Amino acid sequence: MTTTALNRPPLVRRILQPVGAVVAAVVLLGLPFYLVVVTASKNQEEAFSPDLSLPGQFQLFENFGTVFTDGRMLPAFLGSLLVMVPAVLGVLILGSMAAWILGRRGGKGLAVLYALAISGIILPPAVVTVVLLLRQLGLAGTAVGMIGVYMGMYLSTVIFFVTGFVRTIPPELEEAARVDGASPVRVFVKIILPLLMPVLATATILICLYIWNDVFYALFVVGGRLDTLPLNLFQVASAGLYLQNWHLIFAYIILMSLPLLITFIVAQRKIISGITSGAVK
Amino acid sequence: MVPARTGTTASERHPIVTTNLGLSRGAARLEGIRTTGTRRRARQDHPLWFLVPALIVLIVFFFVPTVFNFVYAFTDWSSFKSAINFVGFDNFVTLLNSGTLLTALRVTLVYAVLVAIFQNLFGLLLALLLERDTAVNRAVRVAFFVPVIMSALAVGYIFQALLKPDGALNGILSAVSGTTVDTAWLGDTTWTIVVVALIHSWKWMGLSMLIYLAGLKTIDQDMLEAARLDGAGYWATFFRIKFPLLAPAVTFNVATALLGSMNGFDVVQATTEGGPGGTTELLNIFIFRTFGQGLFAQATTMSLILFLVVAILAFPVIRFLRKREDVL
Repeated sequence: MTTTALNRPPLVRRILQPVGAVVAAVVLLGLPFYLVVVTASKNQEEAFSPDLSLPGQFQLFENFGTVFTDGRMLPAFLGSLLVMVPAVLGVLILGSMAAWILGRRGGKGLAVLYALAISGIILPPAVVTVVLLLRQLGLAGTAVGMIGVYMGMYLSTVIFFVTGFVRTIPPELEEAARVDGASPVRVFVKIILPLLMPVLATATILICLYIWNDVFYALFVVGGRLDTLPLNLFQVASAGLYLQNWHLIFAYIILMSLPLLITFIVAQRKIISGITSGAVK
Repeated sequence: MVPARTGTTASERHPIVTTNLGLSRGAARLEGIRTTGTRRRARQDHPLWFLVPALIVLIVFFFVPTVFNFVYAFTDWSSFKSAINFVGFDNFVTLLNSGTLLTALRVTLVYAVLVAIFQNLFGLLLALLLERDTAVNRAVRVAFFVPVIMSALAVGYIFQALLKPDGALNGILSAVSGTTVDTAWLGDTTWTIVVVALIHSWKWMGLSMLIYLAGLKTIDQDMLEAARLDGAGYWATFFRIKFPLLAPAVTFNVATALLGSMNGFDVVQATTEGGPGGTTELLNIFIFRTFGQGLFAQATTMSLILFLVVAILAFPVIRFLRKREDVL
């Protein structure tokens, strides 16, 4: 009698829970991902109506080659990097500079400024009129314009995360350096920036994720002028030439996802703990 | 009390010496020594010009376009002519009379609410399923985070292939049921909005799961042990203890899912492009389509409406969810 009472939790724990977890992963994730890989390995005829059957002839790497040249993957990869790297570095530097002041100084004026600065976390950017503005500035369709738009969108996120973090750093750490005669720039670079690294790492991951995968804002700002990976995927998938060429669409998706996927697998522990530590507080 | 207005240059450079009279800052404040010296020190030590570069970028690329939204929504700006004239509320009236405004607004709100519900439900169930720290659970958690790092556009195309009438899902359902299933999952004027909201939730449920897992970790184990000793079962423990203590995670997840999906585009564009019959045409899909047609002023008007709806919804939603945290 007592044995059943004692045995029940271990049964659930040892067998049902792991089985449930694996079944959930197989059904919810395995099925779609299997479809992607299997279809990307087929020829056009077999892939016309994507199903779960195995390819008659395995040609994943031939398909990779096709999308790499026809989908202009190399220019798209470089274009994605060209807008992502400066935008991310820019928001991190400008955002932490502003956050340091906003976190350290009080007053009504700065409180209003802080509220305005973080409003972009929730409020959607004005995607149509930003194109007009870029035309007036002579930046329409350029990488610089795209970088500016991304920075305007994601500075709020950085300022929000970093200001909260700055407030947890004891001011005494700065004061010691200041007594030695260090200028604000020196204090910021030598003392504050190194301490901000954990929160900046989290912000970097989130913003890289957003910018690397963004197609909506890119369509408005640089669509047709500059290649980025999501923009080219959009073209590959919607162009008449490729319509219903599922093997090529999926081959493109695999190649395009690899950089972030590899980064994620290598650093998953840090990424996951970084993202979760920011949210629940 | 000594007023610290010893305004020599030396004391300005090292105000810490004179203003605090050798006391620590906290002690000085207790003594009531809040002097011009500390103010000046704040000004010197944390100079306002550090704010300037970020403010310039925010003003130029975020606030000015937003202000433009309020201006150009009242003009006839289009690609068909070079002059831009003010036309008052004409764009709003046109969009209202054609029914597109209310349809797009309703579709967007329905989509956002469905995403907020599904994404949180799936995220919470996954978090409960994978709560214990075992090797299997850790691996499965990582797997569920993979859709989060994928492009939403790519996710949309994957599900378009999966959900075609002759696609893989119907193939499986046919094999299981023994009859031919050819449901047009993405072609139903009533239910397709639910399907696309499910796809959106599938992409983001891994993030909600992580945040719920982090919330579950903060719960005091002693409390759960006490509940267990009192004879509380799994679900009683969940509803009475775990779920109330997850309130901050719920706040974050519901607010981001609701307000984030109001701004949705990629998944819907990749699966239905707003169809069938405009029943999944979110505000952003409309904006993209009319912008492509050269009707810039109409696109701007919808963009302004999206801005206003999100702004109006954001504050009550967040306040409501925060209040919930306090009560519990």
